Amino acid sequence: MAKAKFPTPEELSKISYTPPQKGWMDTPVDIRPGIFCWGAKEKSLKPIGFPNARDWNPTDEDWKIQENWKEIFLETMGDLLKKYRSFRLFMDICVRCGACADKCHYFIGGGDPKNMPVLRGELLRSIYRRYFTASGKALGKIAGARELTMDVLKELWYYAYQCSECRRCSLFCPYGIDTAEITIMARELLNRLGLNIEWIAGPVANCYRTGNHLGLQPHTIRDSFDMFLDDVETITGIRVAPTFNRKGAEILLVIPSGDMFADPGTFTTMGELLLFNELGLDYTISTYASEGGNFGFFTTNEMAKRLHTKIYSEAKRLGVKWILGGECGHMWRVWHQYHNTWFGPIDFLEEPVSPITGTKFENAKSNKTVHIIEFTADLIRNGKLNIDKSRNDHLKVTFHDSCNPARGMGFFEEPRYVIKSVCNNFYDMPDNTIREQTFCCGSGSGLNAGENMETRLRGGLPRANAVRYVHEKFGVNMLANICAIDRAALPPLMDYWVPGVRVTGTHELVANAMVFKGEKKRVTDMRGDPLPGMEGKENV
Amino acid sequence: MGLLFSFFSVCVLALIAFVGVKTVNLHFLFGVVIPYVAFIVFVVGLIYRVMKWGSSPVPFRIPTTGGQEKSFPWVKYSKLDNPFTTLGVIGRMALEVLLFRSLFRNTKTDYREGPKIAYGSTKWLWLGGLAFHYTFLVILLRHLRLFTEPVPYFVTLLESLDGFFQVAAPVLYLSDIIFLAAVSYLFLRRVILPQIRYISLAADYFPLFLILAIGLSGVLMRYFYKVDIVGVKQLTMGLVSLHPVIPQGIGVIFYIHLFLISILFVYFPLSKLMHMAGVFMSPTRNLANNNRFIRHVNPWNYPVHIHTYEEYEDDFRDKMKAAGIPVEKE
Repeated sequence: MAKAKFPTPEELSKISYTPPQKGWMDTPVDIRPGIFCWGAKEKSLKPIGFPNARDWNPTDEDWKIQENWKEIFLETMGDLLKKYRSFRLFMDICVRCGACADKCHYFIGGGDPKNMPVLRGELLRSIYRRYFTASGKALGKIAGARELTMDVLKELWYYAYQCSECRRCSLFCPYGIDTAEITIMARELLNRLGLNIEWIAGPVANCYRTGNHLGLQPHTIRDSFDMFLDDVETITGIRVAPTFNRKGAEILLVIPSGDMFADPGTFTTMGELLLFNELGLDYTISTYASEGGNFGFFTTNEMAKRLHTKIYSEAKRLGVKWILGGECGHMWRVWHQYHNTWFGPIDFLEEPVSPITGTKFENAKSNKTVHIIEFTADLIRNGKLNIDKSRNDHLKVTFHDSCNPARGMGFFEEPRYVIKSVCNNFYDMPDNTIREQTFCCGSGSGLNAGENMETRLRGGLPRANAVRYVHEKFGVNMLANICAIDRAALPPLMDYWVPGVRVTGTHELVANAMVFKGEKKRVTDMRGDPLPGMEGKENV
Repeated sequence: MGLLFSFFSVCVLALIAFVGVKTVNLHFLFGVVIPYVAFIVFVVGLIYRVMKWGSSPVPFRIPTTGGQEKSFPWVKYSKLDNPFTTLGVIGRMALEVLLFRSLFRNTKTDYREGPKIAYGSTKWLWLGGLAFHYTFLVILLRHLRLFTEPVPYFVTLLESLDGFFQVAAPVLYLSDIIFLAAVSYLFLRRVILPQIRYISLAADYFPLFLILAIGLSGVLMRYFYKVDIVGVKQLTMGLVSLHPVIPQGIGVIFYIHLFLISILFVYFPLSKLMHMAGVFMSPTRNLANNNRFIRHVNPWNYPVHIHTYEEYEDDFRDKMKAAGIPVEKE
C-alpha cells in the first residue's frame, strides 16, 4: 500500500449509492488496487495438496488456471448442490426483495452495488440458472442466466473476497438466505481452480505444518510466552508458568495464535494465564494444537476439517477431560457449529465441569468445549474472583460483538456480564449496531491483509461509526471484543476513523481488575498504562 | 428490459385467452384442458422441487441466531429468535411464516456527511408484504365458494367480514382493495428505488404483472363487466367433480382470468415463487441452536488427510526437546 496516496477519511467517506445506468450483467469487473488481496502462491498451496498451485497475479490478464476450468467449476458446483441443501435452496428462492441490500458493511462503506448481498448471490445464481435450471438453459439472459466466462469467473473471485461471511444479511432475509453460505460455496469453487488469496492460503499452509496460522514453531511459542510472562511478572510480581503438551492435565487450553504473538492479543493471553494461575487450574497448552482459529474454513470444508482434527486428537493424546477455547470469533463459529458434526461423537472426553465452581456446562455437554468467557462468567457469578473494578476506571469501555459468536451462537450476555463485572464504565453502542445486528470489523473471513486496506476501512466504517457515537457521547476510549481478528483489525480501523479509541480483549480487562494473591502493589494495567491514581509511578 | 418484457408477456397472454375464446371459440381448451394441465403441473412441480431440495442433505446445523443463546440458567435466553428446542424452532418458524419476523427487523441506512450513519426502523416492506400475502390468502379462500357445494360456513363468514363496510353493490371487498394496493406498492418500489430496480430481473416483474392482471381481471369481472356467476360455478364445480362442463355465455373476461391463473400455476414451481415452500426448509431458520448439546450428523462426513502429531513431532523433535517440551519419542 502506497501510504502517500492513501485517501483521507474525508475522501473515503464520499460514497455514492446510486447504481450505474447499465445493468450489472453488462458492467464488467474492475479489479481495483486497495480492494483485492494477492493471489495464493505456489508455496502455500503445494504443501496442502490444493489444485493448480502456481504463482499468479490478479491484475494480470492470464490467471493461469486449468484448461478445463469450466468443466471443473460446473462439476464441482453440481456436486456442492447435491451436498448442501442450503446451497440449492439459496440458489432457488431469493425473491430479490432487497431487504439485505443496505445491511452489508462493505456496501454501506463502499457503495459498490455488487456488494449488496442480493447481487453477491446473483453473481453465482446467474451461473446456476444457466447450467442447472431448465428455464435458464432455454431462456438465457431473460431468465437471469449468464454464461460462465473468464470475466464472470474473475468477478466471482473479486467479490467472494469482499464478503466477510458475517451473516448480517441473513438475519434480515425473510427466508434466511445466508450469503456467508453462498460465499463459502463460491470459495470452494474457486479453490478447485487455485484461485485463493495468499492471506488465507499462507496461514492455512502454516497451520497444517506447525499447528498455527502464524507458523510459530514449538520453541518459538515457548519463547513468546516467556516474553510476555516477563511482562506479567513486572506488572504483578507473579511468575506464571504454563505447561506445554503436558499429559494428564484436566483441561486443554486452545487459543487463537494471534494472542500468542502480538499485542493487544498477548495482553488477553496474559490475563487468561494470570486468571488460571490464581485459580490453580490444571490445564495445559499444546504446541501442536496451537490454533483455535481456522483459516481452512475460508478455503474448503475439507481443509477446515483437516486443520481442526488436531484439537480433538491432541485432547485424546494428552488425556485431558475437556477443552477450553479462547476469545476468537470465527473460531467459535467453527467450534460451535461444525466441530461436533466433523469429529463427534466425542466419547473420549468428559462432560465439562468447572473444577472451581462445580458448574456443569450443560450446553456444551456433547462437544466438550467451553468458551473461556463462559468459564469466567461462571466464576464471577459464583463469587470466586477478587475484583477491584476501580482499576479499570481509566477506561470507558464499549463492546464489539464479533459476527460469528453473535449470529452463529447468540453470545451476547456472557461477555457483557464479564465486562460489567470488571469495569465501572460500560456503554453499549446503538441497538442497530450490536448483538445480533452487530457490524463486522471489516476484516473477517481472512480479509485482514494489508493490500486490501481500502476494503477493510470501508467495510469497517459502520462499526467505526457506531464506536464514534459512544466515543463522542460518553467518552468511550476502549473497544472490547472477544476475537483475535478484531484485536488485529480494529486498531488500524480506530486509528483511521476514531482516533483515541484503543482495542482490548475481554480477559485483559478481567486481569486488570483482579486482585491476585501475593501480587505486588499494582501501578499499571496489563499493557503498562498507569492505573487510576498511579500516574507517574513506574513498575520496578 | 425485464420490465417491458414481462409487461408485454402478460399482455400477450391475456390476448391469447381473449382471441382463443372470443374468436376461435376454444372454450373447452381454456375452460377445462388448460386449467387441468396447469393444476397438475403445479402439484407435480411443487412436489418435485421440494423433493429436489430434500434430496440434498443438511450437512451442518447452521442457524442464524437472532437473540441470546441458552447457556446458564441465570442468563435469560431468547426462545424464539434463538431456539434451543424443537418447540422453539416451531415457534420461530411460525413467526417467520405467519408474521414475517425477519422482515420485521428491517432497517433503513441513513448516510450523512461526516460520515454519520444511522439505522432507522422501516416497516413498509414488511407491511406491504404481509398485506399482499394475507389478502391473497383471503381472496383464495373466498374462491372456495366456487369449488364447494354447500359453501362452508367459514367462507361465508370470511366474505361477510371482508365486505364489512357494505359499500357498493356488489359489496366491495376490503381484501380486493388492499391486494391491488399491495401489489402496486411491491411493483412501484421495484421501479422507483434505484437499488431495487438495479437488482430486479424479468423474473421479478413477470409474477407481479401476472398477479396484478389476475387481480384486475377479477375485480373487473366482479364490479364492472359482470359475468354469469351461475355459469361460472357450474364450470368450476364441473372441474372439481371431474365432470367438466362448458356453460354458454359466461363472458370472455372470465376466461382471461382463468387462463392467467393457469399460467401462474404453471409458472409457480419454475420460479422464485417457490419461496413459499422453501422458507420451511431454510437451514438458518429451521434448526435449533444446540450444536454443543446434541450432535448434528452429516451423512457425507468422511475421513480427511491430516498432519498427525507424530509427523509434527518428527518435524520439530529436537526443537521441542531443547525448549523443554515433552515428546513421545526421545
